[in-house]
Amino acid sequence: MALGLGGCGKQSILSTRSKPAHDIALLWWWMLAAATVVFLGAVAMLAVAWFRRERPGLPFVGEREDLAQGMVLVFGIVVPLVALIGLFGVSDVYLVGQTAPPNPRTTRMTIDVIGHQWWWEVRYDGGRAITANEIHIPANTRVNVVATSADVIHSFWVPALNRKIDMVPGMRNRVLLYASTPGVYRGQCSQFCGLQHANMSLKVFAQRPDRFRAWLAGQERPGATPQGAQAAAGQRLFMNAQCASCHTIAGTPARGTVGPNLTHVASRTSLASDEIPNTPKWLAAWIRNPQKIKPGDRMPDLGLSEPQIAQLVAYLEQLR
Amino acid sequence: MATTVSPRAKQYTDELDRLWTERPGVLGWLTTTDHKRIGIMYFFTTLAFFGAGGVEALLIRSQLIGPNGHVLSPQAYDEVFTMHGITMIFLFVIPMTTGAFGNYLIPLMIGARDMAFPRLNALSFWIFLGSGLFMYAALLQGHAPNAGWFDYVPLASKQFDPGNNIDYYGYGLIFNGISSTIASINFIVTIFKLRAPGMSLNRMPLFCFAFLAVAFALLFALPSLSVAALFLELDRQLGFHFYDAAFGGAPLLWQNLFWIFGHPEVYIIILPAFGIATSIIPAFVHRRMVFFPLVALAEILVAFLGFGVWVHHMFTVGFSTLTTVYFAAASLIIVIPSAIQLFAWIATIVTGTPDFQTPLLFIIGFIVYFIIGGLSGITVAAIPFDQQVHDSYYIIAHFHFVIFGAAVFPILGGMYFWFPKVTGRVYHELTGKVSFWLTFAGTFITFFPMHIVGILGMPRRNYTYPPDMGWTLLNFIESIGSYLLAAGLILIVANLAISYFRGPRTDPPFEGDTLEWATSSPPPPYNFAVIPTVRSPYPMWDKEDRERDNQRLERGEGLLNLEHATPATTVQDAQLDEILSMPSHSPWPPLTALALTGVFAMLVMQHYWIAFGFLVVGGLTLLGWHQNEEQA
Repeated sequence: MALGLGGCGKQSILSTRSKPAHDIALLWWWMLAAATVVFLGAVAMLAVAWFRRERPGLPFVGEREDLAQGMVLVFGIVVPLVALIGLFGVSDVYLVGQTAPPNPRTTRMTIDVIGHQWWWEVRYDGGRAITANEIHIPANTRVNVVATSADVIHSFWVPALNRKIDMVPGMRNRVLLYASTPGVYRGQCSQFCGLQHANMSLKVFAQRPDRFRAWLAGQERPGATPQGAQAAAGQRLFMNAQCASCHTIAGTPARGTVGPNLTHVASRTSLASDEIPNTPKWLAAWIRNPQKIKPGDRMPDLGLSEPQIAQLVAYLEQLR
Repeated sequence: MATTVSPRAKQYTDELDRLWTERPGVLGWLTTTDHKRIGIMYFFTTLAFFGAGGVEALLIRSQLIGPNGHVLSPQAYDEVFTMHGITMIFLFVIPMTTGAFGNYLIPLMIGARDMAFPRLNALSFWIFLGSGLFMYAALLQGHAPNAGWFDYVPLASKQFDPGNNIDYYGYGLIFNGISSTIASINFIVTIFKLRAPGMSLNRMPLFCFAFLAVAFALLFALPSLSVAALFLELDRQLGFHFYDAAFGGAPLLWQNLFWIFGHPEVYIIILPAFGIATSIIPAFVHRRMVFFPLVALAEILVAFLGFGVWVHHMFTVGFSTLTTVYFAAASLIIVIPSAIQLFAWIATIVTGTPDFQTPLLFIIGFIVYFIIGGLSGITVAAIPFDQQVHDSYYIIAHFHFVIFGAAVFPILGGMYFWFPKVTGRVYHELTGKVSFWLTFAGTFITFFPMHIVGILGMPRRNYTYPPDMGWTLLNFIESIGSYLLAAGLILIVANLAISYFRGPRTDPPFEGDTLEWATSSPPPPYNFAVIPTVRSPYPMWDKEDRERDNQRLERGEGLLNLEHATPATTVQDAQLDEILSMPSHSPWPPLTALALTGVFAMLVMQHYWIAFGFLVVGGLTLLGWHQNEEQA
C-alpha cells in the first residue's frame, strides 16, 4: 500500500524536486526496507513460539539457557548496534549536512518568509517586492529562505523541495529552497498555530529564470491606478473603510501590516493562504463573509453592502 | 489459594482482621489508607478518564472521517485534541499504571502489608482526583485548554490566548504534579524498605524494578514541568516575560523545559508496561525470564537515558547541526536497552511452552506494536527524515503505536491477568480472546494508515483537510478503525464487569510467579497472615517456602498480630531491619486535597486572597494530620 501511494499526493515527501528532498525520500525507502526485515524476523520468532508451544527450548538445539541468552545478546545488542551505527553515519553525519541552513555564498538570492496567523508574508530583496502565500522562485537556483514569525510559532514546509523549518519569534532560521524543475509545489504550516492552522497553506512557483525575473519586475511596481468609475469607487472605499488599516497597497495611503500586502493581489492564483481560488466570485465571497470560510481568521466580517463589495472586487481585480 | 484453615490459624487471622479492617461503607472508602482500596479508586477514576479521553479521540476521528468535516468547530476541535492528550497522559496512563497497578500490586509483590506512607498514598489519590476534575471543569465550562498538550508559547501566552483556558492547563499540571511527586517518593521508599525478608534487590520482581525506575524518573522529570508551568502562569497572570521574545525571553525555553520532562515521560509511560509484560510472560510460558539481570539493568538504563534525548522533539526549531546530532545519537543508543528487553521477552516465549490465554495475547500484541513503534521511532532519529515528517501524521502513528500499542496493551492484559486476584473471580476466556483480536485489529486499522498519511504530507492538529490531497480514503479507514477499537475496549470492560458479578469463583487458570499470588483472592486487608520469606525472584515457584509459610501460621510465627505493623528490611539485602507501626484510616488526606483544590480553583479565577485562605485551611488540615490518632 505504501508503495502504491508513495508517488502520488500533492504534498507527499516522496514526490521530490530537489536533492535534499530526494535523498531524504531515498533514506526513507532504505529504512522502510530494513524495518520490514526486522519486523518480519521478529514476527517469525513469535510464529516459531506458536508452532512450538508444546515444546520447550529452541528449534534444533533444545533447552539451552546460554543459547537463549545469546539470542538476547545478538539481537538485542550486536545487530541493533551495527544497524544503528550505519543509520547514524548515513543520516546524521552525511545527509544532515544537506538539510542544514545553506552557506550564504552558495545561494543566488534570499527571500524572507514571515509566518502570520494565518498566512505567509513573502519579501524579496529586503522588501522591494512583497507578496503573500505564493512564493515564486527561479528553477535550478539555490534560494536562501529566512524564516521568521510575526506572532506565534509556525513551521515552513514544502515537502517536495526540502525539510521543514520552524518560524520562532526572536529567531532567524534559514533553509534552502531549490527546485530542479519548474512547477507548482504545495506547502503547509506544520506547527500548530491556532484556530486556522489547518488552513495555512502556500504554493511555491518554480519558474524558468526569465519568467521569474519578469514576474519579480512586475511585483516591484506600485499598485495599479484604478480604471473606471466602479474600480475608483472601490479604491476610495478601500482607503476609507477598515481595509487600509490592515492591508498595504504600495503607492496608496494603505499601509496596514496585519493582513497580506495586496499591491498585486490579482496576480495571485489563490486567496486566504491557498484556501480558495482567486476569482471575482470567490473574492466577493471572501470579503462578504471571511469568517465563514476561515472561522476565527483575523479578517473580520465587515458588514459591507453588495454594491460596495462589487466596487472593492472591481478595484482589487485590477491590482495585477 | 484458600486451603483448609485450622482453628488455631483462624484465630490468628481473626486478630489481624480486627487490626486491619477499615470502617464499612462510603466513609471507609473516603478515609481509607489501604493501598488496595486506593488502587481500586485509582483504577475506576483513571478508567473514567480513559473513557473521556476515548470519547475525545472518537470526536477527533469523526471530524476527520472525511474532508471539510463539520462535527466540531475549529475552537472545539482544538480543545478536544488538547484534552485528549492531557487526559490520556496525565489522567489515564500514568495514574493507571502507577496509581492503580503499582498501588495495588507492589506491596503484595514485595510481601508488605501496605505502602510505606499510607496516608500520603491516600493524599496522592485525592490530589489526583482533584486535579483531574479541575481540568475537566474547564471543559464543562467551555473553555478547556486549547493549545495542545505540549502547549507551545507564544500561542499559549496571554496575548494569543486571552481566556483562562491555558490557566487550567498550567495550574492543573502543577496540581497534578504534586500527586505524582508524592506517589513517586512513596514507591521508592516502599520498594527500598518494605520488601519481605530475603527479597534482596537481585530477587526483586522485574515489575518492581520497572516501577522503581519510573518513580525515580518522575521525581527528576516533574520539577521541569512544574517550573515550566509556573513560568507560564507568571507570564500570563503577573506579566513576567520568561517566554516573550520581545522582552528578551525565549519561546524555546518552554520547549526545552517541557521536553526535559516530556521525554522521560514517554519512558515513564512505557516502563510500567514493560513491568506488566515481565509479570505476565513467565506465568503463561512456564519458565523464568531469560537473562533476568540484563533485563533489570535495561529497564533502569531506559529510564536513565530517557533524560538525554529531549531535543529529538525539537529537530526543526533551528538548533545547530551539532546539537541535533548529539541528541540523535542519544536517541539511537536508547534502542539498545529496549531491544534487549524485547528479545528477552521473545526468547522467553520461544523457549518456554506458551499458553496463549488472553493476558498473554495482549502481551504478544504489545510486542508486535512495540516493534512497529520502535522501528518508526528509529526512523525519526534520522534527523533529515524527522525534519520532513515532524509534526505530520507519521509522528502520530509512531507515538500511538508506542503509547497505545505498547503501553496500553499491557495495561489491558494486566487488567485480565490480575482480575482474578482483585475480585476472586475468573473472566470469560473466549470473550477475552475476541476482545483482544478486536482491539488488536482496531489499533492497527486506526494507526497504521497514519504513517502513510504523514508521508503524504498531512500535518497534525488540523481540524480539517481539503479533499484533493490523497488523504481522504486513509482518513476514512482510520476513523472506521477507531470505532472498531472502541468496540474492543468496551468489550473488555463489559467482560470484566459481567465477570465481576457472574464469573466463576475458581483459581485462575495460570500460575503467577510473584508473591501477590501467595495470599487469598481478593487479598485480606492485611495482605499476608504470615510475612513471607523469599529466596529467588520467583517466590511462588519455590513451593516449599510457601508451604513453610502455612506451617508458620499454624505456629503463630511472623504474624505481627499485636499492632498495625509491617516489617522493614535493609535496602540491598532485605534483612529484617525494624517493625514499622503503620497509620490507619484517616480523614485528613482527602481534606488536605480538598483544600488544595480550593487553592487552585481560586488561583485560576484570580481570587488570590481566597486562594491564600484555602492554603491556610490546607495547613490546618496538616496540623490535624500530625496528631497521633488512635489505632483501629
